[in-house]
Amino acid sequence: MSTFKQYSVLPGFNLALGFTLLYLSLVVLIPLSAAFIHSAKLTWPEFWSTVTAPRVIASYRLTFGASFAAAVVNAFFGLLVAWVLVRYPFPGKRLVDALIDLPFALPTSVAGITLTAIYAGNGWIGQYLEPLGIKVAFTPIGVFVALTFIGLPFVVRTVQPVLEDIEKELEEAAAMLGATRWQIFRRIIFPTILPALTTGFALAFARAIGEYGSVIFIAGNIPMISEITPLLIITKLEQYDYTGATAIAVVMLVISFILLLIINLLQWWVHHRGIKV
Amino acid sequence: MSIEIRNLSRQFGSFVALHNINLQVNPGELLALLGPSGSGKTTLLRIIAGLETADSGQVLFNQEDSTTKHVRDRHVGFVFQHYALFRNMTIFENVAFGLRVRPRKERPNTREINRRVTELLQLVQLDWLADRYPHQLSGGQRQRIALARALAVEPSVLLLDEPFGALDAKVRKELRAWLRKLHNDMHITSVFVTHDQEEALEVADRIVIMNRGRIEQIGTPDEVYEKPANPFVYEFLGHVNLFHGRVHHGQAWISGLKIDVPEHAAAEDLNAIAYVRPHDIEVSRAINGESALAVHVVHILSIGPVVRLELMYGDNPTQHTIHAAISKEHFRELQLVKGDQVFIKPRRLALFPNHDQEQLIY
Repeated sequence: MSTFKQYSVLPGFNLALGFTLLYLSLVVLIPLSAAFIHSAKLTWPEFWSTVTAPRVIASYRLTFGASFAAAVVNAFFGLLVAWVLVRYPFPGKRLVDALIDLPFALPTSVAGITLTAIYAGNGWIGQYLEPLGIKVAFTPIGVFVALTFIGLPFVVRTVQPVLEDIEKELEEAAAMLGATRWQIFRRIIFPTILPALTTGFALAFARAIGEYGSVIFIAGNIPMISEITPLLIITKLEQYDYTGATAIAVVMLVISFILLLIINLLQWWVHHRGIKV
Repeated sequence: MSIEIRNLSRQFGSFVALHNINLQVNPGELLALLGPSGSGKTTLLRIIAGLETADSGQVLFNQEDSTTKHVRDRHVGFVFQHYALFRNMTIFENVAFGLRVRPRKERPNTREINRRVTELLQLVQLDWLADRYPHQLSGGQRQRIALARALAVEPSVLLLDEPFGALDAKVRKELRAWLRKLHNDMHITSVFVTHDQEEALEVADRIVIMNRGRIEQIGTPDEVYEKPANPFVYEFLGHVNLFHGRVHHGQAWISGLKIDVPEHAAAEDLNAIAYVRPHDIEVSRAINGESALAVHVVHILSIGPVVRLELMYGDNPTQHTIHAAISKEHFRELQLVKGDQVFIKPRRLALFPNHDQEQLIY
């Protein structure tokens, strides 16, 4: 115990740690472990057949695939938006800056209905895409669009402050040494914002995996094609198949956890390559 | 390479940063731009570097107009006050940066880059730090690396913006001497900005003293210190005592002292201010015939070879502190203690007729 507790000039360590653990237990750990306990009612073969049913597998693929694709797109365009907001003065900049947060604030079902209305075959954008053979609403592409929408602010808001903090002098120094604009971006700016960008990517990805409200409207929820895993869990609940629902929930939980762990390791690795202030 | 600046002006809104600057930097010279903050010295340096643009006027490198040349093509090395080292690269990569970003055709091969970088790191005596990152270095070390990085591209001109401004006094002194030595060895045309008079006087071949966007005086350290062109330069360079008085037909009356000033023979009853440096004040126990000022010793600082005296002149409402510096031997001869009355007179003074102190806002 004496080696565990380190003396510090900051008071209240015991109290703060105790509170943190209690809070974390009540809010996160206990509900999550309940899912594991509940699914343990199933025998192993039962569990396995539930979570590997073709319809469920298809939903995993869609959920994680679309989330990943949306997070990648957001990482790219979010960086671009953050760059424009930080680097260039333009009229209405504050308004644009405020609009970025809209996906945070908007109820997800509102976003879902709006996106569906726009991308449906007779919607504003859908009517031009349909003749080209691109169907967005009620297809996996719709899922991807909705997930992109809700993930954008995560990347912008994590990259923006870091980009603002980059000293102008670094770029000036690089230019004086003969570097081109592209070389300055690639060798100086990008490595500096990479940790923030991976954080933004991870947040957008995690959010997209858990997203439900905005997706179910635009997805159309066709089994095997545009059905996401969270919807499958709801479906099972509606059929009073609580154990089946928790079984799938546990799989989601484990996969999400592993993915976040990988991203965190990646962040740690990026951070410890000397990118420190 | 020589640098010439012609009729250069720059305004930021209504603030005049530079007003019609003309300046010649000789090849191989180490020139200091000295001035208080807001005097335009950094703006001038940044315009020479190409990091800032001028409203009007020209910058010439070797008589060739380079005003519109891009930063990349000026072949200028620049050292920033806050180092501006690339945090995500090792010290080695920082120094190698300028070589690595060259177009493929001009880029030296890996072995050549290794050789050059190692050579430069040895030059700044920090080759043992090659694998570290900037945040692991002290301020003085970082600035030396920044200098090595600037030198890696073999610039024809080296510009330094308050290079020692962020360092503590001891390191600053060391680096000053080191920069002087480095310049003696390399003879690269260099311009550095500083607000530290001592630094400029100690390091530079020539000093340009700037104030409010204008050049007040250009000269060697000796010239500007011994023959300041105007009251601003006098006050800015080192400690001075200021006296008010009048001047008439080659004679000045200053604080009750009558002093011959033959160079102002034409003056007709003008207000004047006079400057006397502390070491130009003669302190004695008795009046030896001539007119002298009676003062009281208020404070004695006798550390080092020079003894600094704080002397009080006049009575309460018009009291006036005068600083004097005398040698230790002279101090011993006088056997001064606090509260003693002594007599002083200026050995040398600089008189500026027709000046009120109000004009000296800076």
